[in-house]
Amino acid sequence: MNPDPVFSVHDLRFTYPDGQQALEGVALELLPRECAVIVGANGCGKSTLLKILDGLYFPSAGTVRAFGEPLTQSALMDSKTNLAFRRRVGLVFQDPDVQLFLSSVTDELAFAPLQLGFDQPEVRRRVDAALVELRIEKIRERAPHRLSGGEKRRVALASVLTLDPEVWLLDEPSAGLDPRSHSWLIEFIRDQHKLGKTIITATHDLSLAEEIATTIHVFSEDHRIVAAGPPDVILGDHDLLHRCNLYHYHSRASQHQPEK
Amino acid sequence: MIQGTLRASRSHRQFLAPTLRSIASTLQQGLFAEELSGRAGLLQSVDPRVKIIALVELLLSISFAHSAWIIVAVYATGLVLAARSAVSPWMLLRRVWLAMPFFTIPLALPALVLTPGPAMAILPLGLIVTRTGAAAALFLLLRVSTSLTLALVLVYTTAWNDILRALNSLGLPRTFALMLAMTHRYIDLLLRATGDMLLSRESRLVGRLSTTDGQRLVGAAAGALLDKSIRLSGEVYLAMLSRGYTGAALGLEHLDLTGRDRLVLVVATAFSTAALLFGRYLSRGL
Repeated sequence: MNPDPVFSVHDLRFTYPDGQQALEGVALELLPRECAVIVGANGCGKSTLLKILDGLYFPSAGTVRAFGEPLTQSALMDSKTNLAFRRRVGLVFQDPDVQLFLSSVTDELAFAPLQLGFDQPEVRRRVDAALVELRIEKIRERAPHRLSGGEKRRVALASVLTLDPEVWLLDEPSAGLDPRSHSWLIEFIRDQHKLGKTIITATHDLSLAEEIATTIHVFSEDHRIVAAGPPDVILGDHDLLHRCNLYHYHSRASQHQPEK
Repeated sequence: MIQGTLRASRSHRQFLAPTLRSIASTLQQGLFAEELSGRAGLLQSVDPRVKIIALVELLLSISFAHSAWIIVAVYATGLVLAARSAVSPWMLLRRVWLAMPFFTIPLALPALVLTPGPAMAILPLGLIVTRTGAAAALFLLLRVSTSLTLALVLVYTTAWNDILRALNSLGLPRTFALMLAMTHRYIDLLLRATGDMLLSRESRLVGRLSTTDGQRLVGAAAGALLDKSIRLSGEVYLAMLSRGYTGAALGLEHLDLTGRDRLVLVVATAFSTAALLFGRYLSRGL
C-alpha cells in the first residue's frame, strides 16, 4: 500500500493574467521520500507547477493538496499554517539572481530560519552547518551577486538547506553548471534523498533525470502530464521523448538515434 | 529595418560609447570597493559600528569648526588613516577633487561676491569679491572635501553589507536596511543587464545609426529593461515568500564589540571632541 502523497494534484489549470496558458488539466501524485523528476521542454509549465506546489501561485481551476490538506491562498493566509508549510517545503528557484537578494552569503543563509522563527543561536548553528556542507565557508561574507554561477547555485541550495525542509522543490538546478558542479549537484541531491527527503526536480536535462530520478513525470508542450513511470521505462521510450521535444544530444536516449 | 536607415552620424557614438564606459566604470568601482574592503589594513579590522560613529563625530566636528586649520588637520588624518588601511591617499584626493568642480565649486562661487564684507578684489562687470565671501567659499570647499574623503574612507574599508548591518544595529529600521541592501544588489544586476544589452547591440551593428534610430533603440532598450526589472521584482518577492517572509525584516544580531574596538571608539571620540572644541573656539580664518 502506498503512503499518503506529499502532494496530490487533480485537473490543475493555470492561466497567467496576460492570458498565457501554463497548465492544462495536470494530475499527479508525489509520494514521500521519492525523488521525482518532472521533465518537459522549455515553456511547458514545469516552473509554474513548482510555484503552485510551493504555494506561491494558486490554480485557476483544479485542486492541490499538500500533506493531505488543501493548499489554497486562504489556507496560507493563516500564519500558523503558512509557518508550518514553509518549514516543510523549500523551493530553489531556477535563477539564483532571483533567489539571492541580500548583500552577504551569511545573511542569505540566515534569512529563512530567522523568518520561520528559529532563535539566533539555532540560526547561527544552521548557517555554519550549511556553509560547511556546501563548502562555501570562504565566501560567507561575500556579496552573492559577485559570485560565479556555480557558487551562486551552491549558495541558493544552502539558503534552503538552512531550513532543512522535508520536501525540496528544485527548478532547473543544473542550468548553467560546469561538469564538476553538475556532478557535485547530483551527489548533493542523492545525499538529501538518502536522508529521507522528498525531492521534486523540474528539468529538461535528461542526464540529470537519469542520475537522480526514482520516478519521472513527462510534460508535453501542450502543458499536460502525458506519462509517468520509472526512469528506465520513460527514458527508453524514444517516441514519447521526441513527441515532447525532449531529445537532447547529451541524453542516452539520443545517443544511438539521430534527431528526427 | 535598422540596416536600411544607417547614416553617418556622430551622435550615436557620442551617446553609446560614454554610456558603456560609464557602466563598465560603475561595475569596476563596485568590484574595486569590495576588493579594498577585503584587504588587511588598520580600518578594515575595526568594527563597522565604531567606524560609523567615528565618522559622524568627525563630520560634526568639522561642521562646527571655525578654524580652517582644524578642518585641514581632520582631512590630513583621514588621508593618513586611508594610507594605513591600504587605500591610496592620491586616489582619494583625485576622486574628491575631480568631483568638486561639478558639485561644490558652483555652489561656492556665488558666496564670493554675494556675502557682505570688506572688499578683497574687483572682478570684471563690477563684481566685488569680499573677504567674508572668500572665507565662506573656502570653508565650504574644505568641509565638503573633508566630509567626502572621510565617507569614502569608510566605504572603501567596509563591506557594503557590514555598513548596512552596522546602521541597523545603530537604530536604522531593519526594513529600511533591507530595502537599501536589495536596491544596491539589483542596481548592480540591472547595470550588468544594461551593459550586456548595449554590447550585444553594438556587436550586431554595422555602420552608424541616425540620431532618430539611435534614440528609438535606446527607448526600446529602456522599455525592455523596465519590463525585466518589473518581472524580476515579482520573482524576488516570490522567493522571499517562499522562505517565509511575511513583512518582518529580521537579521542576525551583531556580536559584542572587542576591547580594541572600544579603544578605537574612545580615541575617535576624544579626537573629534578636541577638533570640535579647538575648531569652535579658535579664531575664524587660516
